[in-house]
Amino acid sequence: MADGVLLDVQHLKKYFRLDRRQTLHAVDDVSFQIRTGETLGLVGESGCGKTTVGRTLARLYEPDGGKILFHGQDIGAFSRRDIKKNNLASKIQMIFQDPYASLNPYFTIGEIISEGLELHHIGESRAERNEMVYELLRRVGLHTEHANRFPHEFSGGQRQRVGIARALALNPEFIICDEATSALDVSVQAQVLNMLIDLKESMGLTYLVVAHDLSLVRYISDRVAVMYLGQLVEAGSVGEVYGHPMHPYTIGLLEAVPIADPDYEAEHLSTPVQGDIGSPVNPGPGCRFAGRCPYGDDECRRRTPELTETGGDHQVACFHPVK
Amino acid sequence: MDIQKKITLDFTPVDPGLRDADQIVRPSVRYWPEVWKRLFKNKLADVCMGIILLMILLAVFVPVFSSYKYDATDLLHTNVKPCLEHLFGTDATGRDMWTRVWVGARASLAIGFLGALTPFVIGAAIGAISGWCGGWVDMAIMRICDIMLCIPSMIYMILILMLMGGSVQAMVVAMAISNWMGSARNFRGRILQFKNREFTLAARLQGAGGLRIVFRHILPNILGNIAVSLCGSVPGAIFMEAGMSYIGLGVTPPRTSLGQLSTAGIGSFLLPSQFHLFLYPAIVISVMIFAFFMFGNCLRDALDPRLRDEEYNARRFRKLRRQMRKAVQ
Repeated sequence: MADGVLLDVQHLKKYFRLDRRQTLHAVDDVSFQIRTGETLGLVGESGCGKTTVGRTLARLYEPDGGKILFHGQDIGAFSRRDIKKNNLASKIQMIFQDPYASLNPYFTIGEIISEGLELHHIGESRAERNEMVYELLRRVGLHTEHANRFPHEFSGGQRQRVGIARALALNPEFIICDEATSALDVSVQAQVLNMLIDLKESMGLTYLVVAHDLSLVRYISDRVAVMYLGQLVEAGSVGEVYGHPMHPYTIGLLEAVPIADPDYEAEHLSTPVQGDIGSPVNPGPGCRFAGRCPYGDDECRRRTPELTETGGDHQVACFHPVK
Repeated sequence: MDIQKKITLDFTPVDPGLRDADQIVRPSVRYWPEVWKRLFKNKLADVCMGIILLMILLAVFVPVFSSYKYDATDLLHTNVKPCLEHLFGTDATGRDMWTRVWVGARASLAIGFLGALTPFVIGAAIGAISGWCGGWVDMAIMRICDIMLCIPSMIYMILILMLMGGSVQAMVVAMAISNWMGSARNFRGRILQFKNREFTLAARLQGAGGLRIVFRHILPNILGNIAVSLCGSVPGAIFMEAGMSYIGLGVTPPRTSLGQLSTAGIGSFLLPSQFHLFLYPAIVISVMIFAFFMFGNCLRDALDPRLRDEEYNARRFRKLRRQMRKAVQ
């Protein structure tokens, strides 16, 4: 294991059984590493399994295979009791996508943030816990008097700040941001993103940023992994993947990013990726992207390409990587 | 005067205001106090609540303070018409109907409340386990539920009442056994609805266990729904008892209930001299059921502010349409 690796995910699998014959392969053999203090961006289109990866890492789902090594310890094999005993809640936390669904409408902001503190018996008294809540609120840019308010009195951006304060309450090392800003409008998105970056530096956090917004991921991440139908197709440093994308799918994704210059767009008309995203239910052998890939051949349909190192912190899972 | 100074005089910087943009000016509104306020504002709800309270008080205190015992016969004063001495008259054996009606109301109210609450609590517990555990536990519980739902509840009721004899306790047990399935299904559905909400997941991540999530996080979210369905099943239980009494399986004499009194009165329905034997118990039971039903409706409206708005809008729309029609003519 390399030095400074906080989280080492090896061949992670998560299947959902739909009925006796059909199994949805939400996450199928995904491996990646996150170093301490680093931000990994996980991108892909809707339904490719990004969120499932995040939730499985947080142990909200039981993994169906593979290992999740956190500080070298396989937390994927933990039972519920192990999770409690090892105090996983104060190591891995999550920021949720929908700021309207992730806060219980019957709890005050203070109650929401202090729940973890209460459950872990942090702080001697209620007053001390309140002081911690105020500190957290200040940290995420809210007023201390907001502690007695209810979620419905806040805007989306403010609610997401509450969600962040809740995630920070137990002082975790690793935070999974599950589309943390996708429900917010662009100006608020920028505020929240900058706050996340500041918090990371001041608290020494490590992030997994799950998102579908490529420019957001480029802005916040050090490294990026591209997912397609439950598998990683390309991974590497942001500069490498955005600068020299090698997998045809990544290229298609990057070309689909709108550019705020109609003249440029008209000149550089790109061919969009053809066809629709396939079904993750009972996928056959071969590369998942083969059906839509301009370079797909028989080999692609027979064998599944492995994620292989191409040099310079860049891995790609393709038989015909674009040079 | 130099221009810089003039500008600072004419224009005030906007900054201080912007700094307070995040402040919430509106007073904090808690959900339940708001619901109570809306409920008390509703006149119909007030009336219904008043009727229910009055009936409870009468049922509790009339038999205690009445100078007649509900089962004491007085053969010198049979079939007395309502008068000051006997407010609701007397029956064929000279028992005071005023006392008997309120003793009966005791039984009916007890059956109403307990007969609604007991199956509800049992069903809620079973439904919560079913919904929360999922998997084969859920499967097994729901199939048992389905099987029990397939058998008409009348059959359970009759069997249990025959085994245990007609009494308030027997009625409550019979209702608990025959009615828990609906509440279990309802509760299971609600738990499923909230089980994978993001705030439940967040609570799990904070280290909350299943019991805490069900009671602290999910229960408050479904309490309104629970209150309404409970309120709706109280009159159902009272009615059930009345129906059972009619086929002779309700509370047995000498004990009495409103259903039994009305049933006994039906025999003398066509005799003008004994009409009161039917009239008063029937009025009391009808008003009781009506009050519970209407109160349930008001509670539902108070719990759901959107529903009220919709009703208001519908009324306004109808009014507008009428006006338009008039204008066209």
